[in-house]
Amino acid sequence: MSTSYDAHHPPRRDVLDECVHCGFCLPTCPTYAVTGLETESPRGRIYMMDLAARGEIGVDEAFGEHIDSCLGCLACVTACPSGVQYDKLIESVRPQVERNVPRTRADTLFRGLVFALFPHPGRLRVAALGGIVYQRTGLRALVHRLGLIDRLPARLRALESLLPPVTVRALFTRTPERTRPSGPVRLRVGLLAGCAQRVFFGDVNAATVRVLAAEGCDVLVPRDRQCCGALSVHAGREEEGLARARATIEMFERYRLDVVVANVAGCGSTLKEYADLLADDPAWAERAKAFSAKVRDISELLAELTPRAPRHPISTRVAYHDACHLSNAQKIRSQPRAVLRSIPDLQLHDIAEAELCCGSAGIYNLVEPETAEELGRRKAKHLEAVTPDVVVTANAGCLLQIRRFLDTGIPLLHPVQLVDASIRGVDPL
Amino acid sequence: MEHSALRAEFVAAIGADAVLDDPVSLRSYECDGLTGFRVVPEFVLLPTDTAQVAAAVAICARHTVPFVARGAGTCLSGGSLPVAEGVVISLQKLRSVLEIDVENRRAVVQPGVTNLDVSKAVAEYGLYFAPDPSSQQVCTIGGNVAENSGGAHCLKYGFTVHHIHEVQVVLPDGAVTTLGAPSPHQPGYDLLGAFVGSEGTLGIVTRITVKLLATPTAVRTLVADFPSVEQAGDTVTGMIASGIVPAAVEMMDALALEAVEASVQAGYSLDTAAALLVELDGPPAEVATQFAEIEQLCKDNGTTKLVIAPTPEARAAMWKGRKAAFAAVGRISPNYFVQDGVVPRTRLAEALVRISEMADEAGLRVANVFHAGDGNLHPLVLYSEQAGEHDRAEHLSTAIAELCVDLGGSLSGEHGIGTDKACSMPRQYSDVDLATMTLLRKAFDPDEICNPGKLLPTPRLCGDRPGPHRAHPLEAAGIIERI
Ligand SMILES: Cc1cc2nc3c(=O)[nH]c(=O)nc-3n(C[C@H](O)[C@H](O)[C@H](O)COP(=O)(O)OP(=O)(O)OC[C@H]3O[C@@H](n4cnc5c(N)ncnc54)[C@H](O)[C@@H]3O)c2cc1C
Ligand code: SF4
Ligand code: SF4
Repeated sequence: MSTSYDAHHPPRRDVLDECVHCGFCLPTCPTYAVTGLETESPRGRIYMMDLAARGEIGVDEAFGEHIDSCLGCLACVTACPSGVQYDKLIESVRPQVERNVPRTRADTLFRGLVFALFPHPGRLRVAALGGIVYQRTGLRALVHRLGLIDRLPARLRALESLLPPVTVRALFTRTPERTRPSGPVRLRVGLLAGCAQRVFFGDVNAATVRVLAAEGCDVLVPRDRQCCGALSVHAGREEEGLARARATIEMFERYRLDVVVANVAGCGSTLKEYADLLADDPAWAERAKAFSAKVRDISELLAELTPRAPRHPISTRVAYHDACHLSNAQKIRSQPRAVLRSIPDLQLHDIAEAELCCGSAGIYNLVEPETAEELGRRKAKHLEAVTPDVVVTANAGCLLQIRRFLDTGIPLLHPVQLVDASIRGVDPL
Repeated sequence: MEHSALRAEFVAAIGADAVLDDPVSLRSYECDGLTGFRVVPEFVLLPTDTAQVAAAVAICARHTVPFVARGAGTCLSGGSLPVAEGVVISLQKLRSVLEIDVENRRAVVQPGVTNLDVSKAVAEYGLYFAPDPSSQQVCTIGGNVAENSGGAHCLKYGFTVHHIHEVQVVLPDGAVTTLGAPSPHQPGYDLLGAFVGSEGTLGIVTRITVKLLATPTAVRTLVADFPSVEQAGDTVTGMIASGIVPAAVEMMDALALEAVEASVQAGYSLDTAAALLVELDGPPAEVATQFAEIEQLCKDNGTTKLVIAPTPEARAAMWKGRKAAFAAVGRISPNYFVQDGVVPRTRLAEALVRISEMADEAGLRVANVFHAGDGNLHPLVLYSEQAGEHDRAEHLSTAIAELCVDLGGSLSGEHGIGTDKACSMPRQYSDVDLATMTLLRKAFDPDEICNPGKLLPTPRLCGDRPGPHRAHPLEAAGIIERI
């Protein structure tokens, strides 16, 4: 049987064969929800991957288009009764597309820009500073008023509107390298500071450190500007992703940790995947396995630790949004809810179509802006429907994306920020 | 007709974005839930409203181009299999709930709305749509109407046909009409009755007025294990004989339980020959007394373990397991055929014994999961394509369907005849029966362009004397392939 894939990790036949074409995954797939097209559904994508494996269609632009448009939200994995490992499939097919489908010049340039910017906190900070100037000086308002914004290509428009309202102070707060707990040490914990996270959400990192310390953890935050490779892995830039994985493992190995904590769902799921990603690299397989075994999302860890620090009541209505890379990729759904419920007086509300992605998914909102925009609106509508005082989600990308569409009066927080406020007895906003 | 000329007409009618003819897109529509049959269509159309559906169908009619409606493509009998050089009309852009009339317990929905979304949309009013096919989270109301779909709870509540007031239909010549009426008991021919279950051969449904029921005040669910399939079967017979009409009675055998438990971890036993899932609903007092009777019946018939769902979540998990059963079989076997025969309930045990003997003879495994209350079997014939077991499995699968007819039952309970069983229809119906059905079909579709080749056997499809046990003629001609 001839195949259209190259020899480097084509999708596995046994995994493809597990799909029985039942369609149970269709309603949870965001791209299918928006388009209604078979080619934009998990069932359709798997079918096309299978046809390509049999050499019946090529790995070409027409095929690549439908692979590119997949958000990688993995809602289909959660929905599938047959246990199809779509995560494995998409992870082997994306690099095939990256390698074998020539991209248009504009596409290459834009992707190049994104990858030259986001994984690099230094550059991102400068860009964000430019963004602040742009927002503060009224330039932004002017650009909008003149209707110039509508003339920017959709992708640049998306990049523009993603700039969150950060303060200059927040941009330059750095998390200390070591924070010791007040009482006896329960765990030695390393925190991944993240790239976009450390720039746009320094506050979330600070809250994470305070909460961990209050719960008896010795917290270490490596200073290195090391990207974990999540963005690259999810976009099929395999070599780049693997190099970042190795460097990240090395970075944390220096600290002899019990647990490595991530507070960005997308990063956490990638850290947990290192073991798989580096499985056939003999020099790294064991180290990656040991590393991945230590990784926890912050909510996951807090749910495991019996609370030591008392919680003060916060009387507020919270709408919780499941970040795909938490709920689908890491199967963490009950923990953040439990952690939030540990705060007295807090009312937690689930929303309609909770399983549907908000359209953020890595760099998706940057490269497929139209679909992302429709999904963002849909998510915002369902969030607003429960009339929350605050919207809570555990992923930087989701926060950025949802903020664009949500009624401006509603603040967005990471769950750990509420826990932090509750422990300190302060107003979370 | 020239492809490009036809394309231009479709584009003019429904817009360029709604007309697909690139090879990759076309191939992704080449099969439904029965992947053994594949045909690549010439076009896939995605109209956005009734007028566009009508315009597209009118073009097909003008040029005698065959068309096939498609909802979610979950049909298990090849009903939404495309026709070569034909058009697939997907209803996936018609996905709105148009109207909810709480007082009269009705909702008006577009055909692409999923079965479960209808219930979700009206849940806040304490209402729901009763037919509950296992595929309810994905299959569409349009597909349900076409297949007259049912589910576990049809034992008590009936099939789709019992829950539809009115449908708007685009006829095969492009005309738009309404069948049925908002209120029951209309004089004249029951055309709505003829249309529901017509498997997409009489026209395309574009709007449906569904009947809603009040959510039952009490629901209780149990799972009982039995050391043999016969004992489980006897329990079902006992239940019905005692006059109780449970909301649902489902049976799963050991193999099915193994697959389900691997899929959803709902707490089903792995060391039992059979399990019954029984649900009662209605007023609390009635449910309580009948539930006690059923528990007793299970004990009388030697149940080895009886679990009553303690919480709504536990109940949901039990059902999730049952509803995922077909797809979950993908975990214990690379390939499978699912049959859908019906046997009189009193011959259930006999049918199951015969099936297991036949499986042994064929050297294959058959997992059973079915609506025990109304004798609707779903034997899943497990096989491996790679090990070359396909032909044996297909033969066994057909033999099981025919066994059902021989036992006084029917070829299909709810999955439809479609492409798969069209040539077996003469096993169940006389020539006169089939000729009458053909007359009805021709009255709607004289040019035979509306889902041709499905449901009824034709000489072209099945040879002069149609009968089972032969390759589908399209297969023999190399137009379709089974894999
Ligand atoms: C895992 C699994 C479990 C299932 N369980 C059940 C079950 O418990 N009970 C049950 O009854 N079925 C079951 N089915 C079968 C299937 O889901 C039903 O037949 C369903 O009604 C098909 O709906 P669909 O939207 O997928 O239709 P499709 O598969 O797209 O189409 C089915 C037929 O309907 C026609 N059609 C579709 N839409 C329209 C329309 N708008 N107007 C006219 N004709 C139309 C098509 O031409 C085709 O002939 C199951 C299927 C799967 C895969
Ligand atoms: S991926 Fe799973 S849910 Fe989706 S069609 Fe395949 S088997 Fe069904
Ligand atoms: S990962 Fe998300 S977008 Fe991609 S196919 Fe699965 S559900 Fe759809």
